[in-house]
Amino acid sequence: MSDRIFGVFGILLAIVFAVSAVAIEESFLSDAVGPKVFPLIIAAILGLSSAVIAWRPDPEPDWPAFDRLAEVFAAVVVLILYAKFLPVAGFVIATMIVAAYLAWRLGSSLLEAIAVGIGTSVGIYVIFHLILGLSLARGPLGF
Amino acid sequence: MELLSSLGDGFAIALTWQNLLLALLGCFLGTIMGALPGLGPSNGVAILIPLAFTMGLGATPSLILLTSVYYGAMYGGRISSILLNIPGDEPAMMTCLDGHPMAKKGLAGEALSLSGVASFVGAFFATWGLILLAPQLVKIALLFGPAEYFALFALAFMTLGGVSSTNQAKSAFAAALGLGLATIGVDTQTGVPRFTYGEVHLYDGLDFLVAIVGLFALSEVFIFLEHRKGKSDMEGGKLSIGRLYPPMSMLKQCTPTMLRTSFLGFIAGVLPGAGASLGSFISYSMEKRLVDKEGTFGTGDPRGVAAPEAGNNAAAGGALVPMLALGVPGSGTTAVLLAVLLSLNITPGPLLFTENPDVVWGLIAALFIANFMLLAMNIPMVGLFTRLLMVPSRILMPIVAMVSFVGIYGISGSSFDLLVMIGFGVLGWLLRKLDVPLVPIILGTLLGNTMENNLRRAVTIDNGDWLTLIDSPLSIVLWTIAIIGFVLPLIIGARVKAKMYQNREDLDAITD
Repeated sequence: MSDRIFGVFGILLAIVFAVSAVAIEESFLSDAVGPKVFPLIIAAILGLSSAVIAWRPDPEPDWPAFDRLAEVFAAVVVLILYAKFLPVAGFVIATMIVAAYLAWRLGSSLLEAIAVGIGTSVGIYVIFHLILGLSLARGPLGF
Repeated sequence: MELLSSLGDGFAIALTWQNLLLALLGCFLGTIMGALPGLGPSNGVAILIPLAFTMGLGATPSLILLTSVYYGAMYGGRISSILLNIPGDEPAMMTCLDGHPMAKKGLAGEALSLSGVASFVGAFFATWGLILLAPQLVKIALLFGPAEYFALFALAFMTLGGVSSTNQAKSAFAAALGLGLATIGVDTQTGVPRFTYGEVHLYDGLDFLVAIVGLFALSEVFIFLEHRKGKSDMEGGKLSIGRLYPPMSMLKQCTPTMLRTSFLGFIAGVLPGAGASLGSFISYSMEKRLVDKEGTFGTGDPRGVAAPEAGNNAAAGGALVPMLALGVPGSGTTAVLLAVLLSLNITPGPLLFTENPDVVWGLIAALFIANFMLLAMNIPMVGLFTRLLMVPSRILMPIVAMVSFVGIYGISGSSFDLLVMIGFGVLGWLLRKLDVPLVPIILGTLLGNTMENNLRRAVTIDNGDWLTLIDSPLSIVLWTIAIIGFVLPLIIGARVKAKMYQNREDLDAITD
C-alpha cells in the first residue's frame, strides 16, 4: 500500500512539475531547446517511474508505531525551532538545548543529556569559533 | 616517464606539513566514521564536507582531507563487521562472513590486522590503476562533444542502480527527482527563473551541500531516534582482540587472494554503477569458487576476510577513475566528492588533467600517503578504534546532528538553508523507508545543470535536430551501454541481490 500511495503522489508531483514547466516564461534570448524542454523530459520520467512503482509495489516497509513516529515528528519540530531561533538565542544556548534534547530522546538520563548538551555546544564553539574562526550565530550574550 | 614526473610533482604538493596533517586527520576521522555501525563512507564524507569548507581550505587540501576520509571509512567498515557482525555499510557486508567467525574463534586481532593489510593491498593497486587508466580515459574523453557528454550522463544515471538494485523504477524516480531539483533557480542560458515561486533564496538554485548533508546525515539521526538506538553495539558482550599481527603463514596463504581480488575489485569500481558492494561480492564469490576446496569459507577462513576487503578497497580507488577523468562518479561516495569539487569551482573531466594538474596529482599522491598512514594506524591502533566503538549513539548522534548544522550555517549564515536541510532530512528518512536510493538524487542535483546545458548545446549546434544525440558512433556506444546497464538488472539484479543477502542469512543461521 505504501508504494501505491507513493506512486500516486509521485504522479501528482510530476503533473505539478510539468504544469509549472509549461508556465515558465520564454525569454527573448532563447536557444533551439529553450528552458521548458528539459523539465518536461524530467516530468515524464518522474511520472512514468511513479506509475511503475504504483503498479508493481515492493513489499510493505516497516513503518514505526505511532509513538515512534511522534518521536521523529517532535525532533523535526525541535530542529525547525532551532533553525528559527538560532540567530535570536545565539549559538551556544540554542545548541546546548537541542543537543541535550536529542541525547535525552535517544535514551540518556537527564544528567547525561545535560552533560552532552553542554559538552557538544561548548566543544563546537571552541573548535569552530575560537580555533577555526568560523562565525557562529551571536545571541544577546555575545555567544 | 611523464606519469612519474607528474606523480613526483604531486608528492611535492602532498608532502607539505599542512597536507600531511590533513591526511592524518582525515584517515583518523574516516576510520571512526566507517567503523561506527550506521555511518558509512558517504555519510562520513557528507558530515565532514562543511568542516573542510569552514576551515577555509583550498581545493587540493580539502580534497586531500575528504579523500582520506573516504579511504579511511572504507578501511573502518571492516571493524564492526568483524567484531560485531554488523557491517557499517553494504561493501563491508561480505567481510562479516568469515571475519566474525574468526573473531569468535579468538582470532579477532588477526582478522582485523589481516583485513587491514588486505585493504592496503587493494587500495595500493587501485591507486596505481588510477594513475595508469585515468589519463587514457582522458584521451577518449577529449573526443567527446556535447551530444556524447549528454549520453555519458544518461549512462551514469541509467547504470547507477547497478546489478544490486532491485527496483529500477525507484532508481529512475530518484534520478528524476534530483534532476528536477537541479532545475530550480535562474536558467543559465536564458536568465529566466524556474520553479522559484517568487522565493528570492531560490534564485541561485538549491545548494547541493545542503541537500547532501540533509539527506545523508540528518536522516540518519531520525532513523536512530525512530528506533531509539541509543546504546553502543559494543555494550554487553565484549570480544578480546588478541594478538595484533597476522602470522607470516597467514599472510603468505592470502597473498594470491589479495592480488587477484584487488584486480577484480578495481575493475568493478571503474565500471559505472557497480561500485564497492559489487567489488567485495564478486571478489568473495570468485575466491570461494577458486580456492575453497575444503569448504572452510564461511567458518573463519582468512582468505574469506582478505578477499572482500582487498576487493572493496580496490573498488573504492577504481571509482575515482571515471569521477576524475569524465566527471561521472562511479559510486555514492564519489558522487559526494564530486559535489566538493564542483563547490570549489573545479570541474572534473578531461580538462582537469590539463588545467589543474596540481589538483589531480596532489590528490593521487595524497592517496598513496593516506594509504600508508592507514596501514600504520590500523594495525597497532586497532584497539583504540574498537574502544571508540563503545561510545553510545545517544551521545554520538547529537554531536553528528549539531556538527552538520554548524557546517551548513557556517557556509551560508542563513536560517533558510537550515530549514531546507531539515526538509531534506525528512525526505531522506521517508525515502529510505520506501527503499528509494539516495545517491541518484544527489547525482541528479549535481549533474542536472551540466547535463541540460550539454543537451541544449548539442541540439542548438545542429539547428534543433534532436537526432544529433545519436549521430556519432561514440554516442551510439554510450547509449547502448546505458540501455544494457538499465535492462540487465531487471533480468539478473534480483538474483545477485538475493544471493548477497542469502550468504549473510546462512551465516546468521549458523552463528545464532
